[in-house]
Order: sequence, then structure tokens, then C-alpha cells
Amino acid sequence: MTAAATPAASPATTGEQPGVRLARSRRNAELSLLLLAMVLVAAYGATVEATMLDTVTPDFWIPAAALGAVFLGLHLVIRFLAPFADPALLPAVALLNGLGVGFLRRLDLSDAVPAEREGLAVFAGTGGRQLAWTLVSVILAAGLLVILRDHRSVSRYAYTLGLAGIVLVMIPAVLPSRFSEINGAKLWIKFGDTFSIQPGEFAKLALLVFFAYYLVRKREVLSLASRRFLGIDFPRGRDLGPVVVVWLISLLVLVFEKDLGTSLLYFGMFVVTLYIATERVSWLIIGLVLFFGGAYLAYILGDLVGGPFANFYLRAEIWLDPFADPHNDGYQLVQGLLALGTGGLFGAGPGGGQPGLLPEVQNDFIFAGLGEEIGLFGLSALLVIYLLIVERGLRAALAVRDSFGKLVAGGLAFTLGLQVFVIVGGISKLIPLTGQTTPFLSAGGSSLMANWLLIAVLLRVSDGAHRPVTGGGGTARPSGGPPEQLHGAPTEVIRP
Amino acid sequence: MNAPLRRAGVVVIVLFGLLFANLNWIQAYKADEYRNSDYNGRVQVAEYERKRGNIEAGGTALATSKDTGGKLRFLRTYPAGAEYAHALGYKPVNLAETGIERVEDEFLAGTSDQLIGDRIKDLFTGDQTGGGNVLLSLSKKAQDAAYNQLRNNTIGVKRGAAIAIDPRTGAIQALVSMPSFDPNPLASHDSTKAAAAYNELEQDPNGPLKNRALGEVLPPGSTFKIVVAAAALEDGVGKETKIPAGPSYTAPTSGTPIRNAAASICPGDQVTLMEAVTESCNTGFAQLGVRLGADVLKEKARQFGFEQEDLTVGQLGEGGLPVAASRTGDMQNPDGGTDPAALAQSSIGQNNVRMTPLQGAMIAAAVANKDGKQMRPYLVRQLLGPDRTTSYYTAEPRELRQPISGQVAGDLRDMMVSVVENGTGRNARINGYTVGGKTGTAQSAPDRPDHGWFIGFVMDKNGTPISAVCVELEQAGPGGSAEAARIAGKIMQAVISDPGSR
Repeated sequence: MTAAATPAASPATTGEQPGVRLARSRRNAELSLLLLAMVLVAAYGATVEATMLDTVTPDFWIPAAALGAVFLGLHLVIRFLAPFADPALLPAVALLNGLGVGFLRRLDLSDAVPAEREGLAVFAGTGGRQLAWTLVSVILAAGLLVILRDHRSVSRYAYTLGLAGIVLVMIPAVLPSRFSEINGAKLWIKFGDTFSIQPGEFAKLALLVFFAYYLVRKREVLSLASRRFLGIDFPRGRDLGPVVVVWLISLLVLVFEKDLGTSLLYFGMFVVTLYIATERVSWLIIGLVLFFGGAYLAYILGDLVGGPFANFYLRAEIWLDPFADPHNDGYQLVQGLLALGTGGLFGAGPGGGQPGLLPEVQNDFIFAGLGEEIGLFGLSALLVIYLLIVERGLRAALAVRDSFGKLVAGGLAFTLGLQVFVIVGGISKLIPLTGQTTPFLSAGGSSLMANWLLIAVLLRVSDGAHRPVTGGGGTARPSGGPPEQLHGAPTEVIRP
Repeated sequence: MNAPLRRAGVVVIVLFGLLFANLNWIQAYKADEYRNSDYNGRVQVAEYERKRGNIEAGGTALATSKDTGGKLRFLRTYPAGAEYAHALGYKPVNLAETGIERVEDEFLAGTSDQLIGDRIKDLFTGDQTGGGNVLLSLSKKAQDAAYNQLRNNTIGVKRGAAIAIDPRTGAIQALVSMPSFDPNPLASHDSTKAAAAYNELEQDPNGPLKNRALGEVLPPGSTFKIVVAAAALEDGVGKETKIPAGPSYTAPTSGTPIRNAAASICPGDQVTLMEAVTESCNTGFAQLGVRLGADVLKEKARQFGFEQEDLTVGQLGEGGLPVAASRTGDMQNPDGGTDPAALAQSSIGQNNVRMTPLQGAMIAAAVANKDGKQMRPYLVRQLLGPDRTTSYYTAEPRELRQPISGQVAGDLRDMMVSVVENGTGRNARINGYTVGGKTGTAQSAPDRPDHGWFIGFVMDKNGTPISAVCVELEQAGPGGSAEAARIAGKIMQAVISDPGSR
């Protein structure tokens, strides 16, 4: 599986300096990387079948080909509508998505009766559903690219999106538990037993657009008006208002949705966009102190009072010593650690592990399930691909000219990285475990759709960043002229 | 805005670096620990692909593996249920195995070095040869008798143990701890059910998971008088020598008088050693012990096997089920000075004297053997390869120690036979065989019922020992030792009726 890192290496060498914009679209590089990614996905499927069925069925390539066709469609949309977008993003995400589908199909194979394994249909089981969700998600992403020809036009809907984001966050919290609670976390809207959506995944996008818009408007006052204390510039009290509101919302999420990860994600997202907008380290310090102070307070309250804080206290206790109750409370984390440890350096090989012993292996613990089979080397390759996506997103943010684009792309890319950190750190006992999905790998339509939309936004911003200043599409501003939408691209603040 | 964006990129790299470092910690540094963790079902899953060998006794399979075709292919089953649970132990999916299942795990699983030939053969043939088979020394009839008689004891005791060994070889003929448990639910492939079954057993106040025959010690009461009598015989006291007795004895330093179980027992000033053993005369043995002294008693007990901490019961080499050390405890003042009160109590198996049922059977076995020797007890008779023809181990009885001379053994035998024929152990009599034994009633706690004990042996007409038995009934109350003697008699009868097991 170390070969999976290959797509990471080749585009990195062709990376250009921001500011020196090459009018090359590099769509052909994207296409060949995408083909390589699909070959890897097909090879993964073949290895799984060879291990689990002792034979490679003649149809082993069909899931990879189906995915390849879907991604090829998106590639064509990019080729015509976002020709200057970053060529590494789509292949990297496609590889993760493809491996996710392959691993879920592998889970279906081990769940199936041995006699029926060889005939498992392409769209059967969790893997098939994930394949279908991929199709839907990629169509959504393509649709966003079609509708959204310039990322700055999103800022028109910033307040609508902000309100929608808050509503989406709040729905699971106010719904009765039976409509919103799965495995102890109230993050869902359940429709019957089979279908549920995770509104928080979409709220992430909506809230970030709102944050970016708000901060672009307020950044001067937030970054200039300050009081110096202990050598750090602190903002004025009244400017703290929105930060405190977001902090309270994230703590409410923590308490009422019983989910530290989502709370950490929203808060981290906000603090980082605030920091990027204002360039003030004090915001980071305030943010970290508030978050860790709040989390510690919740831990203490959970110990003393219980009630809504009990869940968080329990999670922290499990994190501190999962082996204290290895059969009940600590079972999931213990089994995750044992899966990772059993995988060791090289893993048991695709299809060679026992992911059936891991609860929630198709969701939260997919990284541990994969780790048992592809080992430390394989997981490191996956981490490198995630890192590549995040850094490519940040690179688009660096290259794009308007502040709103910088904040949106930077915030989304960072949030994606933070989410990977929260869930992978959670299952590997680096931080307390929280119910986050692993982007592009975990089974589930909400997460897949939201993250593909996120990638579409990153593609759009990077296209805007690399589009030649002169000529090009009709939406590009004329050379040297004023920006078309003043509120979307305010004057840069020049600080000594 | 570009400087903080770059710094955010650095932060992400640092976060991913932490993830990478942590994965290295788990998947490289801690990998072996996690891979071999008792909670790790994965290694076992691979293990369950291969048919685990049988554990058998007397031609009956007691633990066997059934092909389920499921994710874990072979299911471990115990056809006899609870009867053999403490000898066999169990092989759970997620917990640690116990008993013979643990001791002989590698041979049963087929991963033992001894079976390397089969593994190499598998490489070429592509077959999956099963694990090896373990044949136990247990006698089915004796085990049946011990299990059923203990479980259906006539005085309603809930906890106890019985063990029978062949005095000439050390082969364990029966091993039962009461209450027992059904190992089948613990071996379930549904780990939730297995965990629930385990938790229920673990929380049971009667402690069914405890192996009382080997692992638990209790005050032995009057059975300990055999050790004191052995010391006395070696000190020059004959079996017809008169020793001081009486209805009551108060040690020089203590106001608590020692009395006999009934006023009819040795009321006179003097009684022969033979009579003292036969009637279980407390006052006689208390004074005898005080006269002999703590050092002599402790040394004699040590020679019988007390204080041994490393005895195991399995094969006659390394490994096996651990046996708790029996203890004589303090019989002296902390400064080493004599404490006659403690010594007197210890001489009748009270105070701090503690004994396992196996130790009791081993005392009886030494007495039953003409030369006064103890053989090392064992449970594994033979290891058979997967083909059931190749033998990888056959028990060759091994002398453990010689606690007493043949002369002393002969005198003790006479006295113990007298106990069964004329004294407190009449319930153990068997027609046509010579049975010897010693009962014991031990105080547990002031407000709790007494423990009942019986240690004994049976010989055929030629004086060849057949079996040495110990039965212990925890907090049995009145009649405990008589019931223990009756159960011991039934077990010995069962051994006699099962000559094939010897």
C-alpha cells in the first residue's frame, strides 16, 4: 500500500510558487493521476478477493471502473468549468473515496455467507450504498462547480448560510433522543431505522462561509483595536462578543449533542479563521484557553454533577485508561488499539484482518480497521494523502487574491485536517474518542456529500487563484482594475 | 493574511506529525503487547481456523471442537458440562484460558514446537491438520462419584472439594470443586454472552470459578493429627504408648481450655496413641504437640509437603495447574519463644494451620504407600498427535519426596484403619477392602459452621494401595466430617470399580 503515496509525490514536484502564475491548466496531469488512483483501487479490490475468496473474480474491476467513470465525469466538469483548479485534489480524494468503498465492500464480503461471497453484487451492502452515495456526492460537487462560477458570489448568501448552519447544528440537540441519538451522540436526524442524516456535516460548510464573510467585514476592527497585556495584543471586550457566542454554541453542542469532536471542530474552525483574518496570536491563545478550560470544566462537572456532562466525563475516563473496563465501556477503543497493534508495520494485507471484531468499523473505526490490514506503512500513506489535500487547500488560499476566498479555502482545508486529527487521534488514543466520520472513508452519505462539496469549493477557489489575471473567463476581473464585488474583496490591511 | 495561513499549514503538519508518531507508538512499539493481549480476539480467530485437539479421559472426549462454518470456525464444546470444569478449565474467545486448556494450550492448538512436523507437512499438502490431543489421568467413574456425591451431599453444603490420587503413581483419579460451572457459555463465540456468563460466575458469592481442590486452603482440623502422630512416632512414641489426655487441657500460657468433641472421648488421664487417633482425642494431641515443640511439628509438616509454593499439577515436568501452598503458620511468639497455647491449637489443625484438599490426599497417599513415599501428582497422562498414534509424552511417575519411613507409615496405616473400622470414619468402609482415614472438624469463624474433612486411602487384600482421597466440605456444620467420610468411601469404591483407569 505504500504505492498509494505515489500520487502525492508527482504533483508536489510540479507545484508552483504563489504569485508566479503559470497559465497551464494541468488537466492532463489530473487525468493520469486519477487513472493511477483507480488502478490502485482496482488492485486493492483484487487483493481483497484473492485473500478472502482465494480467487480473483472476473468482475473485480467493476467497482473501481464505476467509481472511475463517476470521477471522470467530475474531471470533465473541472476541465471545462474550472480549468485552472489544483490537479492533485481530485485524484487524492478519489483514491481515498475508492479505498473507502473497497474496504466497505471487503466488510460486506466477510459478513456474507461464504457461498454467496463470489457473487456479491456491485451495489450490494454497505460498499454498494457507499458507491451510490459517491455518485450522488460527485454529482452535487459537479453541480456546485456549475452553479458557482466565482467563489466570491457565495458571500451574497452568507447570512442565510450562517442561519442555516446554526439551525442545522441545533436540530439534533433539540430533537428527542430517539430521533437524534446514535451510540450516545446526538448528532443525527433519524428517519426510521435505516435512513439518517448528520446535519452537522453540512453545517460545517455553511458556518464557515458565514465566518469568512463576517470576519472579512470585521477584520480591521478585530485586528487593530486592541489592548496590550503581557506582551500580547488582546482585543477589546465588545469585539469578543461573537467569539463568546460561538464558544457557547460549541459548548452547548458538547453538552447537548454529547459530542466533543464536533464541538472541537466548530470551535477550532472559528478560531483559525479568526486568526487568519486578524493575524493576531492572541485569538489563538484565547481560543485554546477557552476550549480547554471549558472541556476541563465539563470533565470536573461530569465527575461531580453528572447529568449532561456525564457522557463527556466517561469518554475522558475511557481515554485515560481504556483497559480499566475492556469488556464494556472501553471495549471499542481497546479493540481499535488491538486492531492497530495486530496490524503492526505491514498489516495483515487487504482482506486478511478481522475487522468484524471492531464495533463501528464502517464508521468511526474505519481507520483502525484499515490499519489492521494495511499496517503502519499503509496508514502513513493515507495520512500523507490527507495532508496533501489539506496543504493543497491552504496553497489555494495562499494563491487566491481576495480575502474571502483566502478565509474560505484556508478555513475549509484546516477544518478537514482538524477532522482527520480528531477522529484518527480519537481511535488511536491520542485524544478522547469522539464520534467523527473519517472524511471520504467512512460509510455514510452526509459526510461524503458534505466533504465532496468542500472539495468542490476548494477546487473553485484554486481555479480562481490560478486563473490568468489577463483574459480567461468572463468572471475574472480585468487586469489592474478594481474588484467587481467590493464587499467580497476588501482592501488588504498593511501592517508594519 | 498569508503568514497566518502558512502557520495554519504548519499547525496541520504538526497535528499530523502527532498522529504519525502516535501510530508508530501503537503499531510498532506496542504492537506485540496489543497483538498478544488477552483481550485480542484476532490471534484466536486465526487459531480457530484449526481444529483444536481433544481433551479426553478414559476414552471419553471431555473437550472437543465442532466445525460451525462461521467466522470463528471451530466452537469449543465441553460435553460433560460442569463435571470436569476445574480440571479442564475453558478456552474463551476474548478472555484468558484456564486449567488444562491453558497449560496445554500450544499442544492443543497445534502451535507447539513438538508439532512442528505437522505444520511443515501442512505447508506442502495445503491441509489444515488439527491440534494434538491431551489424555488425562482422571477416572470417569471416580469423577462421576466425586461430582455427584459432592453435589448431592446429604447435609446441604454448598461449597467443598474432593480429590483422589493413585498413591503408587501420583495420577489424579478425580478432581472436583463445588460449586462447579458450565464452561460451554464461556467458550461461546458471542463475546457479549461469554462476558455476561463470566461476570455472573465471578459475582456468584459461592465462587464457582475457584478451584478449591488445588487453590484454596482451609484449617484442616483433626486430619492434621496424622502429621503430629508421625512426628510422635519418630520421636519414639509407639502406637500403644500411653500419652496424657483428659476431658480438658489448658496450655500453660492461655486460659482457653481445649476440649474433646464429646465427653465420651478420652476422658481418662492417659490414652494410647492408637486410641487417641481412632477417637480423635483433642486433649491428647494438644499435649503431644506442646511436648514435641513447634520446630518438630513444622518440620514434619514441611516433609509432608506443607510450605511448598511451586507444586503444579499437569505433566510431570514444567507447567501445570498451580497448587496453593499449605501452611503451618505461626506456632511461636514473634520473638521465637514458645507459645504453648498456639502450639496446642496448631496440633489439632487449628490456629494458623491451612491445607489444600490435594495436600490432604498426599498425606493419605504417603501413609498408604508401604515405603512412606509421596509421588508427584499429575493430571496429564499422555499427549497424542493429531493422528492419534504418535505419542509426544507419556507420564512416568516420579517420586516427589519421602515424608516418613516405611515403619512409621505402617504404624500410621494401622491407626488410620482403626479410625475407619472402630472410630470416627466408619462411613468410609468398603466391603472386601481395607480402608484407612482420618476425619477432621475445623472451626472456621466463631459464628460460622465448622468445616468437615476426611482424608483416607483404600488398599486391596494384599495391602496394595488403590486410591488416596481427600474430601472437604466448607462450613458444613454438624455431621460434616461423617458426610465427608461417606463421600470419600463412594469415590474410593468408584476407583475400585474402574480398574482400567489405573
